[in-house]
Amino acid sequence: MAATPEAAVSETAVSETAVPHAAVSTDPAPSLAAPRREAAVVLENLGKRFGSGAPVLEDVNATIGQGEFVALLGASGCGKSTLLNIIAGLEEPSSGALEVPSDGAAFMFQDSALFPWISARGNVELALKLRGVGRAERRTRAMELLELVHLAEAADKRPHELSGGMRQRVSLARALAQDRPLLLMDEPFAALDAITRDLLHDELERIWKETGRTIVFVTHNVREAVRLGQRVLLLSSRPGRVVAQWEVSEEHRTNAGKAGELTGAITTRLREEIRRHA
Amino acid sequence: MPETVTAPVLKQGSPDDFRQLEAGLDSLQSETTAKHGVDWTRVLLPLAAFLVILVAWQVYVSLGFRRRDIVPGPLDVIGSLSTLWGEGSVQQAVWTSLQRGLVGFLISVAVATPLGLLLAQVKLLRRAFGPLISGLQVLPSVAWVPAAILWFGLTDGTAYFVVLMGAIPSMVNGLIAGVDQIPPQYRRVGQVLGASRLEMALQIVLPAALPGYVAGLKQGWAFSWRSLMAAEIITVGGTMGFGLGSLLDQGRTLSDMSVVFSAILLILFVGIIVELLVFAPIEKRLLRGRGLLSGSTR
Ligand SMILES: Nc1ncnc2c1ncn2[C@@H]1O[C@H](COP(=O)(O)OP(=O)(O)O)[C@@H](O)[C@H]1O
Ligand SMILES: [Mg+2]
Repeated sequence: MAATPEAAVSETAVSETAVPHAAVSTDPAPSLAAPRREAAVVLENLGKRFGSGAPVLEDVNATIGQGEFVALLGASGCGKSTLLNIIAGLEEPSSGALEVPSDGAAFMFQDSALFPWISARGNVELALKLRGVGRAERRTRAMELLELVHLAEAADKRPHELSGGMRQRVSLARALAQDRPLLLMDEPFAALDAITRDLLHDELERIWKETGRTIVFVTHNVREAVRLGQRVLLLSSRPGRVVAQWEVSEEHRTNAGKAGELTGAITTRLREEIRRHA
Repeated sequence: MPETVTAPVLKQGSPDDFRQLEAGLDSLQSETTAKHGVDWTRVLLPLAAFLVILVAWQVYVSLGFRRRDIVPGPLDVIGSLSTLWGEGSVQQAVWTSLQRGLVGFLISVAVATPLGLLLAQVKLLRRAFGPLISGLQVLPSVAWVPAAILWFGLTDGTAYFVVLMGAIPSMVNGLIAGVDQIPPQYRRVGQVLGASRLEMALQIVLPAALPGYVAGLKQGWAFSWRSLMAAEIITVGGTMGFGLGSLLDQGRTLSDMSVVFSAILLILFVGIIVELLVFAPIEKRLLRGRGLLSGSTR
């Protein structure tokens, strides 16, 4: 778990005792570091075990700043969804403390989880309705949100008539309809084909910039994490804890050399984590 | 990890390029099948099947293995039906039974719906009454006829009691099964969207359970129709009106096989027509709206 100073890309190993972001100051792009913003989510020594089994999460420490886009990376089964569910309030942590916005978070699931008995617009409208938006406003607001994800034409289609990518965009529109400053996304694009996924990355980035949401994006895909996150947090497996983090600058998304370097460094570290369990 | 280190994702292309690419993908991946009009095979195939059976029946009877007064042919039955129609007893029997069946069905729906939702949503009640409801579904409701006659006498009350005892348990069970089969994801979405308990039940659980609920209603109708016939056959006289079951029993007392067969066919036809005109369209609409019909034989 030692830091690797010889690595080409600076990686901040998070020691188990230190406050997670104390080490970030060594990073070359400190302007992006979380502590400079107001915190939206704070996780302190968070632990979770199901029943009497081995702990799934242990001592998870992280701070996510307001308006930040954080990619939460980890191998399958390491507890990413569990952590996200805890942040969303769908599950209780077994130990530790967490600070989340009092009005909860919007959530986007891996499968779109749209209700099959109503149209795309109906799904978005239902989210608005459960939030207490009046009938007249619901319709226009739902159409605006569908317009935002470029799906205004498909508003009256049922979910089963839409492609996987379109369903995920409706699901995104529904999550935005919740109008919470914090958006949690659990591998939302994992089941999509590569072209569609690239498109949705672009779309999500645009929407993030337009709406100023705080986004926690869970993925097991290093390239996706680097493409989207301002910061990448690596979660170890069994037990899951935040073991490393990287800052991602705009250059990492446009310069092939830099992007490859960072992707390589993160991949190496992730593989190291997985190999420990061989 | 499958990703290759050498191929990171880069941003490329202008927003316009992306917009066009997206629109192209959307149109490529959307279903284009148009809705078609009336499918005549739905009407013609059952009719053809019916004709085949009629012909086979007539041929069998014509071969003369059995006496005609014991096994009448379709022509005899049609003759008897038209006589009964002329007397007005067909109309009277169908109307009486259908009316009773409908009223019994509606009362059953009104009782079974809240009961089923309550049992499905409240664990304690479910544990306590679930086995009883399932047991009642197994008990043939004819078993209630003697008790009902002693309690209500030869009145409509007897018929309704037996119908309710037949229909309510299967409707309740249908609704519970429908609720049980809701993907857990839907409730989680409801929770994330901030639905209250009541909103969850009405906006998410009930619509999600609708296919199972309708299947339960359909079975409930079948059970109440059967129970009604049984009750009418056994309970003759008093203030009981003249229903299809009574017609059947009349045929038996007169030893008129053609009347017996006419009554059986009428009971069957009412069942088929209610299925074809009421339940089949509702179910089909419901399933098609959820994309559950493609590839099925419906
Ligand atoms: N409800 C649960 N009961 C028991 N074990 C669970 C439950 N949910 C998740 N787990 C276990 O926790 C671990 C992490 O799961 P999950 O958070 O879904 O991982 P990830 O999303 O990173 O793939 C897995 O080993 C899984 O078996
Ligand atoms: Mg997961």
